[in-house]
Amino acid sequence: MTDTFEPVIVGFTCNWCSYRAADAAGTARVKYAPNVRLIRLMCSGRLDPAFVLKALAGGADGVLISGCHPGDCHYIEQNYKALRRFLLLRRTLKGFGVEPERVKLVWASAAEGVRLAHEINAFVEEIRKLGPLNWPKWDNQSGRDLPADIEPQPIEEVPA
Amino acid sequence: MTAKPKFAMYWAASCGGCEIAVLNTHEKILDVDANFEVVFWPVAMDAKYKDVEAMEDGSILLTLWNGGIRNNENAEMAHLLRRKSQILVAFGSCACEGCIPGLANLSPLNEIFETAYHTVSTENPQNIHPQVSYPAPEGTLTLPTMNPVLKTLAQVVDVDYFMPGCPPESHQIAAVIDLVIQVVQGKAELPPKGSVIGCGDSTVCDECPRTRNVKAITAFKRIQDVAPLDPELCVLEQGVPCNGPATRSGCNARCPRAGAQCIGCYGPADDVIDYGARLITAFASVVDAREPAEIEAILDGIPDPTGQFYRFNLADSLLRAGKGAAMSRPNAITSGGKP
Ligand code: SF4
Ligand code: SF4
Ligand code: FES
Repeated sequence: MTDTFEPVIVGFTCNWCSYRAADAAGTARVKYAPNVRLIRLMCSGRLDPAFVLKALAGGADGVLISGCHPGDCHYIEQNYKALRRFLLLRRTLKGFGVEPERVKLVWASAAEGVRLAHEINAFVEEIRKLGPLNWPKWDNQSGRDLPADIEPQPIEEVPA
Repeated sequence: MTAKPKFAMYWAASCGGCEIAVLNTHEKILDVDANFEVVFWPVAMDAKYKDVEAMEDGSILLTLWNGGIRNNENAEMAHLLRRKSQILVAFGSCACEGCIPGLANLSPLNEIFETAYHTVSTENPQNIHPQVSYPAPEGTLTLPTMNPVLKTLAQVVDVDYFMPGCPPESHQIAAVIDLVIQVVQGKAELPPKGSVIGCGDSTVCDECPRTRNVKAITAFKRIQDVAPLDPELCVLEQGVPCNGPATRSGCNARCPRAGAQCIGCYGPADDVIDYGARLITAFASVVDAREPAEIEAILDGIPDPTGQFYRFNLADSLLRAGKGAAMSRPNAITSGGKP
């Protein structure tokens, strides 16, 4: 698309690992792209796929999901559930014609601030290449990007 | 004697099954006739749109609307009947959530017309393509204009009640008719506006008599490939994708009782934000694998996850449409005209 396209990315992080990783990146003054808005969950297992769909429908161009490495989840199994949801969600998005690459899963421990920053930057560039998603607002009033219905016309009846 | 309250029923983008379901209430239909004056019901009686237009606003007590809003005629009628009705009920899955006609939201209009008129399954030797307006010798003939996506009734007009089901179960329809009659006679009160009526407030699983153990699925299968299906055990546990966990109760788990999976016709249960997302969560929880390759191999058993998870609910989901239809513009594609 245009050179000035700045992707909007919503990132869901786990309280115990990736959120701390992002924090550590900040403390260590490792820069990552400002395109990502992080939202902290208690665990990647809290991620309802509806959050991802809502983000995409609400204007995000990509969604990053992150959690503890397999085996490290503080709630034992939940990151495996997150992995399975993520894989199934990507398949479902494909059916909608939405590029599955717009949703990405990254494991990052609390110590991996630099790696997480690196992954975020790489994801921003991937989304930049894909271009904006720009999902319509589905609002009859706003008019923005709306596949607006055609103006209702008076109905003329054709005699049977 | 005071005049009987007026009743109307109308269909938009739907299959007609909802109308049959109303007639399928057997003697109950006589109660409708005894207690209401049927003023407009195209499937059952002859009436013209102009007759409805001539009615006073709010003069129809109860309108059951079935069908989604696919074209400008549907939209016009939705606005008209909204004006004329005191109680407007989105009746059946199409009106509530888009249902099967809503699945066309996965395709842009030009593809829909292409498939309908120009593929091998259609015999169309003259390559006829419908036009919204055609100058015939007798005058110009017009057809309604298709909208880029199908909308639910509530996405177009204000709706008082929602009655799910494809179609709603006859005993549920009968109960709702009884309730409205009691309200008319001053013996009962209407539920709060916006209520989902004629159904339960739990899930199909909750009404399902099948035994549930721990679900650990190593393969998803189509029902015809599981032979024989255990008659007592949860269908999902046997590897057949069953939408019961996300679907609203009200049908008394009709399909699992009959030996089939629930496909979700009663729509989302209470508090479900996105029906498909709820099913993704439910199915992902029961897949018994941890390695990505292993998980992917199991998920291959659901060849069309979008269709599986949104068969009835696509038009009312968070995304509402596939990307192609969502991004299409009405000026780029007119109804029948080739883009
Ligand atoms: S998943 Fe299906 S078969 Fe199993 S309990 Fe729920 S409705 Fe019944
Ligand atoms: S079991 Fe599911 S598909 Fe069957 S009637 Fe009930 S809600 Fe509809
Ligand atoms: S606690 Fe981090 S993914 Fe579960």
